[in-house]
Amino acid sequence: MEPGISEPLRLRPPRHRVSPRAIAWWTTQATLEVAVVLIPLGIAVSVWADARAWLVPTTVAAVAIGLAYLLVMPRWRFRVHRWETTEDAVYTSQGWINQEWRVAPMSRIQTVDTERGPLQQMFGLATVTVTTASAAGALRLTGLDRAVADELVAQLTATTQATPGDAT
Amino acid sequence: MLAVTPLRQLAGFLPVIALILIVGIERDFGARVYGLLAGVLLVLLVGTLRWFTTRYRITSERVELRSGLLFRTARSVPRDRIRSVDVTAGLAHRLFGLSVLKIGTGERTDGESRELTLDAISSSEADRVRQRLLDPSYAHRRGDTVTPAAVELAALSWSWLRFAPLTVSSLVALGAVAGAFAQLLNDIGADAVDVGGVGERLTTAPLWLGITVLAVLVLVVALGGSVLIYVEAWWGFRLVREASGTLRIRRGLLTSRSVSLEERRLRGIAIVESPLLRIGRGARTVAVATGLGGRRGHGRGSLLPPAPRSEAHRVAGAVLAELPCPTATMLRRHPLVALRRRLVRAALPVLAVAAGLLFGPAPAWAAWAALGLLPVTALLAVDAYRNLGHALTGRYLVTQHGAGVRWTVALLRSGVIGWTVSQSLFQRRAGLVTLTATTAAGHGGYAVIDVMTAEGLAVAQHAVPELLEPFLQHEAAVTAHPLGSGS
Repeated sequence: MEPGISEPLRLRPPRHRVSPRAIAWWTTQATLEVAVVLIPLGIAVSVWADARAWLVPTTVAAVAIGLAYLLVMPRWRFRVHRWETTEDAVYTSQGWINQEWRVAPMSRIQTVDTERGPLQQMFGLATVTVTTASAAGALRLTGLDRAVADELVAQLTATTQATPGDAT
Repeated sequence: MLAVTPLRQLAGFLPVIALILIVGIERDFGARVYGLLAGVLLVLLVGTLRWFTTRYRITSERVELRSGLLFRTARSVPRDRIRSVDVTAGLAHRLFGLSVLKIGTGERTDGESRELTLDAISSSEADRVRQRLLDPSYAHRRGDTVTPAAVELAALSWSWLRFAPLTVSSLVALGAVAGAFAQLLNDIGADAVDVGGVGERLTTAPLWLGITVLAVLVLVVALGGSVLIYVEAWWGFRLVREASGTLRIRRGLLTSRSVSLEERRLRGIAIVESPLLRIGRGARTVAVATGLGGRRGHGRGSLLPPAPRSEAHRVAGAVLAELPCPTATMLRRHPLVALRRRLVRAALPVLAVAAGLLFGPAPAWAAWAALGLLPVTALLAVDAYRNLGHALTGRYLVTQHGAGVRWTVALLRSGVIGWTVSQSLFQRRAGLVTLTATTAAGHGGYAVIDVMTAEGLAVAQHAVPELLEPFLQHEAAVTAHPLGSGS
């Protein structure tokens, strides 16, 4: 029963990309996150004269890292974040530095939730969460176009309702 | 219930009653006693009212419980949602031949498990209700007085008592005694650091004597306490398979507990070996089942007290009705890159601390002392690597991992309801993935950690055919393989 390892296998990327507007959304999010760190640092530099010797280099480093994060993360995510549904399963990939691929069979899907935060509404995006009976198996499809998300939810709901059983 | 609830409530009031009686005994003694009597009467009255207003009913479809006079509550649970029926009886209950029946649905909404509790019904009635709820055919056998045969899978052996000190309960005992001691000192207003010149005597007595006395004291408390806890918890332990397809665990000296677990909810089994238990070659067997209430409900899945490792595997095999037990199969080792990852992770923090100490204001020997930790963390890393393993048997996916606490989990392949493949930046460079089989039972997911990408995917593909298949790319098909695919 041991699986042969002589057959090299790879996961292929899911078929659909998320909406390109997700890049703008992630960038806005990242900007807010970076601002939370940089603004107090900036205030400290201007107020705390004694500590400038080490505060200024720290701030410069933080600005550099923050800028890099802001520029790299959204684009990298856009390359990774993908999704696909077949008749039998939902398949997603997400992450950037750390990546994750998830598969859940249609027959085990319990709930399909849509979520639109204020930022996502601004960009016309939505996040769809597909949960199974497993406490660890939820699939999140972030940054979908709103219309695509609605269509997907309708399709998933219809498919899972047609499947009998309590999905455990 | 008529007797037990007021009794327990009165017991809770005992310190207050004592206080009322003792403090200022000369003044107004009569008034105090009358006040007390009124209080006791009130408690009894409330208890009686509760008894009169509490009703339960078991129909062919639902279990219903109504209670309350002013605030009426009615709860009902559909019988096909019932996942577990547990019976417990504390000392007060046992005094009156009563039990508490808990009907669990295993739902995890709001983090609070939806349970229906029938407090204080007679023990024989509790047993009847339990059997009726778990065994759909019970109603047809009503006239039959012969209960169907149950198979005993495991029973307590007193030689297992040697594992008691190797469990957390020895620490719990220590903590309890230390806590009680501190409380006592606090209550009599003494300074815990210097009681009756103990501090002075300690400083004048030789240091080794003080340390030895303290060590012996700690050891005695830990040993004695853990043995007591073990005996109380596991007295009369029996694991039985009932004819209705239910696993039943009965145990407990003062508080008797009975946990029933439907076999169709079982998705696998886990052998858990804590570091101390591993030293004594002991292990615990834990059921991986749905409806136990997730991570927090894991204690309820305990199928065996801390016992010899061989016994843990034997019971696991008996519960799964698989011989040889999947948890005892030979596991495939993970690639050596996984060892390198663990060694790096063990060394980096130590080196960082040492470097910090070296360039910081600390004396130079501190940095060397920090470096002295390196062999320890390296050993832990090697242990964590040696604990990695996985295998596929006919019906089970077996995975093993853990630094310190070693988990060996056999998960029913048909119980896998999805896959998560994750890869960190460093894993990607090393060509490794972590493959997690998600399931409705237990922790919700069980991981095969740091396995070669192709091998991990092959495991997923073989374990649950067709689920992952459409998303796989056979590299052999892309670039012509000189040897073909020879699986």
